[in-house]
Amino acid sequence: MARAISTHRKALNTAIAWLIAAMIFFPILWTVLTSFKTEAQAIADPPLFFGFDWTLENYTTVQDRSNYFRHFWNSVVISVGSTLLGLALAVPAAWSMAFVPSKHTKNILMWMLSTKMLPPVGVLVPIYLIFRDWGLLDTQIGLVIVLTLINLPIIVWMLYTYFKEIPGEILEAARMDGASLKSEVLYVLLPMAVPGIASTMLLNIILAWNEAFWTLNLTAAKAAPLTAFIASYSSPEGLFYAKLSAASTMAIAPILIMGWFSQKQLVRGLTFGAVK
Amino acid sequence: MNKTIKTLLGATMLVATGTGAYAADTTLTIATVNNGDMIRMQGLTEDFTKANPGIALEWVTLEENVLRQRVTQDVATKGGQFDIMTIGTYEVPIWGKQGWLVSLNDLPKSYDVDDLLPAIRGGLTVDGELYAAPFYGESSMVMYRKDLMEKAGMEMPEAPSWHAIRRAAALMTDKDEGIYGICLRGKAGWGENMAFLTATANSFGARWFDEDWNPQFDSPEWKEALTFYIDMMNAYGPPGASSNGFNENLALFQQGKCGMWIDATVAASFVTNPDDSTVADKVGFALAPDNGLGKRGNWLWAWSLAIPAGTDDEDAAKKFVAWATSKDYLALVAENEGWANVPPGTRTSLYENEEYAKVPFAKMTLDSINSADPTAPTVDPVPYTGVQFVAIPEFQGIATAVGQQFSAALAGTTDVDTALANAQSLATREMKRGGYLK
Repeated sequence: MARAISTHRKALNTAIAWLIAAMIFFPILWTVLTSFKTEAQAIADPPLFFGFDWTLENYTTVQDRSNYFRHFWNSVVISVGSTLLGLALAVPAAWSMAFVPSKHTKNILMWMLSTKMLPPVGVLVPIYLIFRDWGLLDTQIGLVIVLTLINLPIIVWMLYTYFKEIPGEILEAARMDGASLKSEVLYVLLPMAVPGIASTMLLNIILAWNEAFWTLNLTAAKAAPLTAFIASYSSPEGLFYAKLSAASTMAIAPILIMGWFSQKQLVRGLTFGAVK
Repeated sequence: MNKTIKTLLGATMLVATGTGAYAADTTLTIATVNNGDMIRMQGLTEDFTKANPGIALEWVTLEENVLRQRVTQDVATKGGQFDIMTIGTYEVPIWGKQGWLVSLNDLPKSYDVDDLLPAIRGGLTVDGELYAAPFYGESSMVMYRKDLMEKAGMEMPEAPSWHAIRRAAALMTDKDEGIYGICLRGKAGWGENMAFLTATANSFGARWFDEDWNPQFDSPEWKEALTFYIDMMNAYGPPGASSNGFNENLALFQQGKCGMWIDATVAASFVTNPDDSTVADKVGFALAPDNGLGKRGNWLWAWSLAIPAGTDDEDAAKKFVAWATSKDYLALVAENEGWANVPPGTRTSLYENEEYAKVPFAKMTLDSINSADPTAPTVDPVPYTGVQFVAIPEFQGIATAVGQQFSAALAGTTDVDTALANAQSLATREMKRGGYLK
């Protein structure tokens, strides 16, 4: 009897999980479906799910009107660049906090996290002026820097959490065997923390890819990533939902595909050390 | 330095520097909105670049509100990101006074500045200086279903009163069939419900401020205007109207669910387009309503091209602005896309053209534009210019907050008296903060 209840509960849990997943995925599915409709079908009431004449016209129009690949390349550079730079800064920081903590380590970690609580618009004008004076407006390097700084607290926190799971005795043993600090980090710490570093990297690429406040405010034509590409299809005076959906699908497709292929790594990293 | 860190930094720098370069002598960066006329212009710029081979064009197309924030930030900080900006009749007087825009008084004679419609030109001129060239102008008007009017046994006057509109809305409404007599903006925002309600209030004799900048939401005129709007919408409007802006009402009208829709004249080309609209051949047009006080409830707006002061390429920018807002450009659009797609509402000569006169909404658009006067928008005198807005920097913030109050009244979460009292209170507070009141 107990086994039967357990099976029922399992089935119920699975059903609930599928339902939640379907609810989360529905907006993406709807966007993709709308991208294959005409503008008139996109606003049809009742909404059309599958019974419509599929068209690629919106994709053709979007491709004709915008330079998708330039935006795509900018997104790749900005998200990968800011993640790599962030990791380069965060690995030593997290190492020192995890293995050589001082009495202020916790406070520093909390302070770093508190910077994420400030609304970005609060520092928009000062950063805009600095970027103007340093010639960083509408440049990829400018966005790499700003997104690195924005995401650095998360990278440090994640790496700190993963490093804390690694027994300090292993590093100590390496030191006793004569390993230098460089060798200790490179050949002992990093290989053990690969799942954590990989998931940190993936998560930060996704965060940087989707970041829309700074990428819209600090770019114009040259360094504008895919967020600006989507924004260019939004209009308060005109129903261009099908084209907007096509642009959105083109913008999210690369990161969705990347997420799909790396989901095992991502889940493994995010649950690293969750169950002891 | 750690080799890995060096490698990471190197890779970062490598990817961060991989960009293309441009061959033209001058590259103009143009910030613009995503609407049909602007997109069409982007497709026709070869005509300009062929005639000016040394000038390349880069487009930054953004949603209207994002664009407004983006260009305001850039022009105010002298960021220099844009050589040409698409701005409206709200920004031009304010930015012109601040010295943020280049005067266009020296455009070549062939530009024929006297051909610009006086109402539009007046809205873009500050102290005799033209600070922006109009790309297209718009007003608001009544779009109605001729078949439903006929069924209701009514005929729409060319210049209806609010009373006639309410009566028509009552007769056309058939909720069982999903047809609502009137669709109006209800979504909160200074460019959404407040554009419509400010213009409507003008026709009821209301005004935002008296001559000493005292807010006037406690006046009987505002109460009459807001009560009329909310009562009519509650009785004959679609459900959830407090969330409806231009696009939502456009969708409803195109699906045949609205008997009437009072909104921007630019909507005429959408609702008469058989590809998108199920009622394309059944739409009639009339002037925005009045209340017998000498002012109609229509607004005036012009999306215009302006050059920020301090641009490095002022001469090239002027060349482009002159091209994009010229008579020749209108002819170019007509040749390539047909007369119905020519940007409306900027030049007198367009409305003298016999071919353009055949476009069904051409005359009504011109009449609507001509019936709006941004320099004297209200029945009683006011210290400001602007029909559906007040051309002061504080207006955006105040009107958005007031719009939320009025939208809440339409949704039924507050009543008209409370909404007006709150509007009066917040407008007074902000005007004191702005130094207009002591």
